[in-house]
Amino acid sequence: MDMSTPMGQGPKMKLVMVGNGMAGVRTLEELLKLAPDLYDITVFGAEPHPNYNRILLSPVLAGEQTVDDIVLNPLDWYQQNAITLHMGRKVVKIDRSARVVEAEDGTRADYDRLLLATGSIPFILPVPGADLDGVISFRDIADVDAMIRASSQYRHAVVIGGGLLGLEAANGLMKRGMDVTVVHIGPWLMERQLDEPAARLLQKSLEEKGMKFLLQKQTAELVRGESGRVAAIKFKDGDSAPADLVVMAVGIRPNTELAESAGLHCNRGIVVNDTMQTFDPRIYSIGECAAHRGTAYGLVAPLFEQAKVAANHLAHYGIGRYQGSVTSTKLKVTGIDLFSAGDFIGGEGTEAILYSDPIGGVYKKLVIKDNKLVGGVMYGDTVDGAWYFSLLRDGKDVSELRDHLMFGQDHCGNLGHQGINKAATMTDDMEVCGCNGVCKGDIVKAIREKGLFTLEDVRKHTKASSSCGSCTGLVEQILAVTAGGDYSAAPKTKSMCGCTDHTHEAVRDAIRQNKLLTIPQVMTFMEWRTPNGCASCRPALNYYLISTWPGEAEDDPQSRFINERAHANIQRDGTYSVIPRMWGGQTTPSELRRIADVAEKYAIPSVKVTGGQRIDLLGVKKEDLPKVWADLDMPSGHAYGKALRTVKTCVGSEWCRFGTQDSTQMGIDLEKVFFKMWAPHKVKLAVSGCPRNCAEVAIKDVGIIGVDSGWEIYVGGNGGIKTEVAQFLVKVKTPDEVIEYSGAFLQLYREEARYLDRTVHYLERVGLDYVKKKILDDPEGRRALYERLLFALSVERDPWVERAKEGKLKHEFETVAA
Amino acid sequence: MNQWTDILDVNDIPRLGARVVRHGTLAIAVFRTADDEVFALEDRCPHKGGPLSQGIVHGRKVTCPMHNWNIELDSGCAVAPDHGCAREFPVKVEDGRVSLDLSAVEDVAA
Repeated sequence: MDMSTPMGQGPKMKLVMVGNGMAGVRTLEELLKLAPDLYDITVFGAEPHPNYNRILLSPVLAGEQTVDDIVLNPLDWYQQNAITLHMGRKVVKIDRSARVVEAEDGTRADYDRLLLATGSIPFILPVPGADLDGVISFRDIADVDAMIRASSQYRHAVVIGGGLLGLEAANGLMKRGMDVTVVHIGPWLMERQLDEPAARLLQKSLEEKGMKFLLQKQTAELVRGESGRVAAIKFKDGDSAPADLVVMAVGIRPNTELAESAGLHCNRGIVVNDTMQTFDPRIYSIGECAAHRGTAYGLVAPLFEQAKVAANHLAHYGIGRYQGSVTSTKLKVTGIDLFSAGDFIGGEGTEAILYSDPIGGVYKKLVIKDNKLVGGVMYGDTVDGAWYFSLLRDGKDVSELRDHLMFGQDHCGNLGHQGINKAATMTDDMEVCGCNGVCKGDIVKAIREKGLFTLEDVRKHTKASSSCGSCTGLVEQILAVTAGGDYSAAPKTKSMCGCTDHTHEAVRDAIRQNKLLTIPQVMTFMEWRTPNGCASCRPALNYYLISTWPGEAEDDPQSRFINERAHANIQRDGTYSVIPRMWGGQTTPSELRRIADVAEKYAIPSVKVTGGQRIDLLGVKKEDLPKVWADLDMPSGHAYGKALRTVKTCVGSEWCRFGTQDSTQMGIDLEKVFFKMWAPHKVKLAVSGCPRNCAEVAIKDVGIIGVDSGWEIYVGGNGGIKTEVAQFLVKVKTPDEVIEYSGAFLQLYREEARYLDRTVHYLERVGLDYVKKKILDDPEGRRALYERLLFALSVERDPWVERAKEGKLKHEFETVAA
Repeated sequence: MNQWTDILDVNDIPRLGARVVRHGTLAIAVFRTADDEVFALEDRCPHKGGPLSQGIVHGRKVTCPMHNWNIELDSGCAVAPDHGCAREFPVKVEDGRVSLDLSAVEDVAA
C-alpha cells in the first residue's frame, strides 16, 4: 500500500506548475521519487520546448552542442510520469480563491498546490531603439536561434554587458564568424565575479581570440538602418560603432509579473520562507523568480537544493529547510579557466594572499578574514577551486594552512591520478579515479546520458571519487565542463546520509542529552526516514552510542562492517586476514613459533610483514578464525577495525647508540593502555627514541619523539591518500605525561570527530588551537578526558578471547549444510 | 511444485543478518530482516562476486561488503544506478523453520 496517498483511494490532489524550466522540473523529479502517486500534475511552459539545460545555451550558440543535446526531459518523460504538459502556453492569471490558473489561450487548470517557477527575464536597457529588429537578449532557445540566423547574414555584433552571460554570448557569436564588440559600463569585465587583475588577464586572452572591448561606455541609442533593422550603437560620449545585431546581457530580474498580479508579496522576487512557500501557503515558488531571505539565486546548485526542500514539503514529509547557499562561478568559454567565490575584493579586516604570473597567465587571490577564507578569484589555474570553495563554505580555520594555502590541496601530494590536475588536458581514456578505475570518458558519458549535475550524482553512477576522494577536484572540473554551470552543490551542513537530514553533530548531541542507548531509539527519536538505516549510518550510530555510553549502550554486531563483526579483514576472495597484536612491534621466539605452526596447520597461503611492525596471515577461511585465534594465543591486533591499530617503535636507547629515550618501552606502554580502543576511524601511533625518527612518527595520528630532555608529542599526521605531516602539540617530561596527554587527545577525537574522520580531518575542522586549549590550558579537563577514555577501555574485552575461548556469537563463523 | 528442504530455525539467523547455507559447492545467503522476513540469494554479488551474506542488512536490502552495491533481497537485483542480479531461491518459513527449494538449487549447481 502506498502510504503517501492521504485519503486512501480518493481522488488525487492537483499540482500545477507554472514554468517548465530546470528548477521546476527538478522539483517534480524529486517529488516523484518521494511520492509518485500523490498528485495529478499539470505543467505550463511559455516556451515551445520540453525542459532543457539553460546553462548550456552558450555551448549551443558556440556550435559545440545542439539543442537536442541539452534537452533534459524529453516529451516521453512527461508522458511516462502522467504529467499533462502545456508547451508554448503562458499563464497570465491566477485566481487564488477559486484555485485555478489560466493561460493566454484560455487553457485553465485547477490546483490544490501551485508551484511558481517562472524564472527570470532579461533586463532591457530603456534606450531609444531597444525595440528594433535585431536587438535581442540571451535567455532562451529562440534567442540562440535568432543569433545563429543573424550570424549567417550579418557581420557586426555588439554585446552590451561584460558579465558572465555577455561574454559567453560574445564568444559564441565570434565562433559563428561574427565580428564581436563587447560594450561594458564598468571599468573591467565581470566586476561582480572578478577583481581588476584577473579581469585584465581575461580580457587579454579574449582579445587574443579576436574579441573587441569598449569599456566604460554607456549606451545612448540604438540606431535604425534603412531596412528598419538596427545598424549602429551610439554612446553618451558621442562615439558610435556599427551593429547588425545587438545582444543585451546587462542582467536579469526575477519574473514576478504573474505573482504580483495575483497579489502575492514580492520584493525583488516572489518572497518565500525556508520551506519555499509564498505568502499563500498553497503556493510554492522556487528558482530564479523566488526571493529567499532577500536573495534570488541564479545558479543551479542552490536552485536544486530549493527543489529538494519544496518537493519534500509537497510530498507531505515536512522535513528539510532551505537556509540559503554560498555560490561560486565558472565561466564557460572553452580554453579559459576562471573561478570565483565569496568576497573576492576584500576590505577592512580582511587580508589577501596573492599569486600573480602575468606571462604564464595565472592569477590567484585568496581573501581571509578572522583566519577563515571568505573569498577568492582564480584565473588560469582553477584546479583547487572546489577545495577553496569547500574551505569557504565550511568556514574552516585556515591559520594552520596559511603557508601553503596558495599552492592548493595537492601541495602535499595526492595520489592515484598520475599527478594530473587539469581535467581539460586529459584524454577520454585517461584514468581519473584510481580507486574504482574510472576514466574521463566514462564520466563524460554518464553526465551526458544520464543528465547528471552534482558530484553526488556522478559518484552514484560512475563510482568516481566515491572511495578515497582524492580525484574529487578533477571530477568537479569534468562536471563543470560537461554539464556546465556551478558544479558545487553547496549544502552548508551535511546530513549523515540519505536516511536523515540531521548532521553527525546533531545526532551525537541527541544521543548524549537524551541518553539514547540503542540504534532503534536513535532512529525513532531523530525521525529516521528508513526503517533501519543503511550501511552508512548504522556503523556510525553504533560507534556514537558505544563511545558516548560505554558499558551501557548496546554494541550491535549487525550494525558493524563485516571486518568488525568477524574481527578479521575480509579479502577480495572472501577469505580473511589475521594480524595478532605484538606490543610496540616487539615479539618473542615462542610467539613466532606459534604463528609458524598456525600458518602450517591451517594451510594459510600468505604470511607477510606489515608496515606497522606486525605479521599478517592472509587467506584464512572464516570458519577457521576462532581456532586460529585460540592456537595463536595472542591478543587481537584490531587491524580490521576503526580502532587503535599499532604503535610502531624504533629500538631506542636500550640498543641504539643514538637513542636518547627508551622508545620501545614507551610504545609498549602506550599500546597496552589504549588497547581495545574503538575510534571514528583507524588510529596509528609511533614512538621514536631520537629526532632521527626511525619510527616515522610524522605521519601518525599521534607521534612521539624522544629527546634528551623529554618527549615531544605530535598529532594529526597521516600517511594515506594524502600525506599530512603531524603538528607539534606539546613537549612533556615523563612517560606518564606522554600517556595522559596522548590519551586526552585521542578521547577528544573520539568524542568530537565525525565517524570516518581521521585525526587530521578532525584537526582541520576544529583547529590545533582548540585542541591546545582543551589539552594544554585546562589540566582538569585533560585529566577528565583521560579518565573517560580509561573508563571506556575498562568495559571492552579482547574480542578474540571472547570468540575463541568463550564461544561468543558462534553462528558468525558457522555455515549450515544442506 | 516446490520441493522444500528444511534448513534451520529462523532464530538461528540474526535479525538484520544472514547465514551461509552450503549445498555442494554452492553458497546460499539466507537473510532475515528486522520484521523476520527471510530471503535466499546466491552468495555472490553481481558486481565482483563479493559474499553478500557478509553485508549489512537494512530494510529489504543488503549492502555488499566489497564495493557497497545495494542488492534488493526480494529480487536479488542491484539498486539503480547499478545493474545486475544475484540468483534468488524460493524460501518459506513455517512454524519458525526455514526451508529452501533445493530442486532450484540443483539446477544452478548442475
